[in-house]
Amino acid sequence: MKLRVKNKEKKSQSCHNSLNENIEGLKKIVLVGNPNVGKSALFNRLSKAYVTVSNYPGTTVTIDISKAIIQGKKYGIMDTPGIYSLTPITEEERVARNVLLEQKPEVVLHVVDAKNIERMLHLTIELIEAKLPVILVLNIMDESEEKGLRIDIEELEKILNIPVVGTVSTTGKGINVLKKRIIEFKRKKIKKTEYNPILEDSTKAILKNLKETYPISKKAISLLLLQGDKDIEKLVKNKEPDFKIIKKIIDETKEKHNRPLKYLMTIDRQDKIKNIVNKTVIQDKKIKLNFREKLSRLMMNPLTGIPIFLAVIYFGLYQFVGVFGAGTLVDFLESSVFEAHINPYIDNFLTTYVPWVWLQNLIGMDYGIITLGLRYAIAIIFPIVATFFIVFSIIEDTGYLPRLAMLIDRIFKKIGLNGRAVIPMVLGFGCDTMATIVTRTQETKKERIITTLLLALAIPCSAQLGVIFAILSGYPKALMVWIFTTTMVFLFIGYLASKIIPGEKPYFYMEVPPLRTPKLSNVLTKTYTRMVWYFKEVLPLFILASILIWIGKLTGLFDLIISGLEPIVRFVGLPNETASTFLYGFFRRDYGVAGLYDIQNILTGAQLVVAATILTLFLPCIAQLSIMIKERGFKTTIAMVLFIVPFAFLVGFILNLILTTLGVQL
Amino acid sequence: MEITNEEEEILERLWETLIEKKKAPKKIGRNDLLNKLKESKHIIIPKDKIKLTEKGYEAAQSVIRRHRLAERLFYDVLNIRKSKIEKPSCEFEHVLSGEVEESICTLLGHPKECPHGNQIPSGKCCSSNSEIINKIVSSLSELKKGQSGKIAYILTQNHKKLQKLMALGVLPGKPIKLIQNFPSYVFQIQHTQIVIDKDMAEDIYIKIRK
Repeated sequence: MKLRVKNKEKKSQSCHNSLNENIEGLKKIVLVGNPNVGKSALFNRLSKAYVTVSNYPGTTVTIDISKAIIQGKKYGIMDTPGIYSLTPITEEERVARNVLLEQKPEVVLHVVDAKNIERMLHLTIELIEAKLPVILVLNIMDESEEKGLRIDIEELEKILNIPVVGTVSTTGKGINVLKKRIIEFKRKKIKKTEYNPILEDSTKAILKNLKETYPISKKAISLLLLQGDKDIEKLVKNKEPDFKIIKKIIDETKEKHNRPLKYLMTIDRQDKIKNIVNKTVIQDKKIKLNFREKLSRLMMNPLTGIPIFLAVIYFGLYQFVGVFGAGTLVDFLESSVFEAHINPYIDNFLTTYVPWVWLQNLIGMDYGIITLGLRYAIAIIFPIVATFFIVFSIIEDTGYLPRLAMLIDRIFKKIGLNGRAVIPMVLGFGCDTMATIVTRTQETKKERIITTLLLALAIPCSAQLGVIFAILSGYPKALMVWIFTTTMVFLFIGYLASKIIPGEKPYFYMEVPPLRTPKLSNVLTKTYTRMVWYFKEVLPLFILASILIWIGKLTGLFDLIISGLEPIVRFVGLPNETASTFLYGFFRRDYGVAGLYDIQNILTGAQLVVAATILTLFLPCIAQLSIMIKERGFKTTIAMVLFIVPFAFLVGFILNLILTTLGVQL
Repeated sequence: MEITNEEEEILERLWETLIEKKKAPKKIGRNDLLNKLKESKHIIIPKDKIKLTEKGYEAAQSVIRRHRLAERLFYDVLNIRKSKIEKPSCEFEHVLSGEVEESICTLLGHPKECPHGNQIPSGKCCSSNSEIINKIVSSLSELKKGQSGKIAYILTQNHKKLQKLMALGVLPGKPIKLIQNFPSYVFQIQHTQIVIDKDMAEDIYIKIRK
């Protein structure tokens, strides 16, 4: 039970928290499998809840739980993070494995990508060996057929002696058959895998010494022990008084082999799997490179890949989010809805019916809950964030991100990260808070710290980005200066951090999923769930910020802070009015920029770019700060904050100095 | 004085027990042979324990190297199954002269481990910077774009890396094709495309298809 405590902690930070239902007492169906094989889509098919489904390995950060009714029978259904084998490496994999150990599932659905059956059967065999109630689900059958692969499902069932079902979870093909097999499921006798004689002998020797009961077969426990599984070792150590003997057997077996035992087991299993595949899978003759594969190669070749990347940024981020979202939509909502109708109406109402000025100011006027808090949230932030999440969902579903990761790996290595870090980084352009949570999927502590720092420092979120695009759109040169400065800061600080923070050298490996055409319904639901999450986090903070500002103004505290900030602001070459935007920027980064949006007319191009740069680098918003403390700890976060604040102004100061000395007109 | 094949076998066993600390066989060798080795100053036998002399160490290292190179040759190039390579290797090791040994080592891309995962002691050719021509086994990082072959072996001391590669289906015997080598290495194994960095690509050895 010790293992479970950790899971709970993780779960409470989940962004899908709202989906989790109470399934105590219900029979449980657990979905397991490699990342990116369609577990989440299958989960959605079987339950009513919606989990974000994407064409990117590793988007299920935690366990999703839901109720499902299958032919009148009630089940609790759990979706787990991707695992490759029963021996976990990362924290995420540990979470998934522990679900199998602790939940006593009625049925375990091992979901595999049908075209990669040969590589994925390893886990199937491990699950069977563990005597877990497995159904093998061959998902994404459409792609495998497209590749000319024919799988004899009946024969496969016979050989493995477990139910096997072919499905396409995105379209729902085969789901009814699967449901039927779940209802009918009965445990059968299992077939054993033979490993090499030394391993078999050791397994038998360990088996003899396992006297307690375990949630999975003792053979599986023995094999996991031999593979050096720390959690299982702890479990056995606590249960068995004679653990010393077991430990001795393990150590002796390890002595006898030069390679890790897991490697040897995998190779033995591979032989068996090859046999199975030879009997059940037929590969039609070579199929020529199709359009998708050609496009995929263009994306990965730097000569064509970099222009494609720039095009994605230009059209996706600049045109759609910047010009359309932050321009057209914001203008419409701001001027035609709020400024023309809602704000005057509220202000009129207040001045007519509410005699107290303090209450007038709390609800309406310049900084009121409705006229400022709600206006910023709905008229400025909403359209920008929504357009960003639409673009991100499309990009994610096509499978472009792993290709981008591949292009960028070499550069990211210089800043102590690997190509995989593009995911939190790109997501950070949407919402840095969400991205900070995603750093959990990174493998080393060093990478998590660097990514968290860079997200807090140099990655503007979509709300900020949208407003900055809108403000600087009239000054293309200023926009270039801003992009250049933040990129330099990103690379320079990343480089320094990689030198200062201890930790092993990152390495990069990743599966490149086939390019897929995104499904509109999937993109929309995904955008919707992300928006819901975002607004749950954001709207309360916006209103809270309005109240805090109101209190601050009422008590004169804000004036005090602002007058304290004014000399600093003047020092970096900005007018006094910007001081308040920096203060508000603390409540939400985008809030600060939105404030800048209001006073843009009194600033010159150079001043705008200095202000925008400082705001980008400046403290993250309250929500991100709290997630940083949760994920990285109080000390690390404070250290980051103490660095970020003076550094932001320092960069602003230097930038201003350069611009004024050179007399640059932007 | 030349040493006989039988004496070489003894040196081989001594290497495995004394240097690699493997379980000792019931009998190291016939007494008359041991005495001969003693006479030729390859071993000394203070009390009951046999020890290798410096000369014996070098001779043993050399025969172990030849044996394991032979195994690699049979396994990687001639596609002989692992269970069947022991016997021919035992005979082959005695035939390999210095020069042949070096060219086989070069051909195989200076392998560091035998198919069973035991270390191959390195020879002169491994350290010299001589141009490697006509390699049959080469690391993935040295393959040209579009070249294909079969994975011969994976060489990494990092267990995590090894586990990740295994999880992605990178296992000896699998067909592999290099699609791209810059900025990262993209390759295809069956229906999976995988991208890895240079460090990892250097650990994967491929038997190239001509």
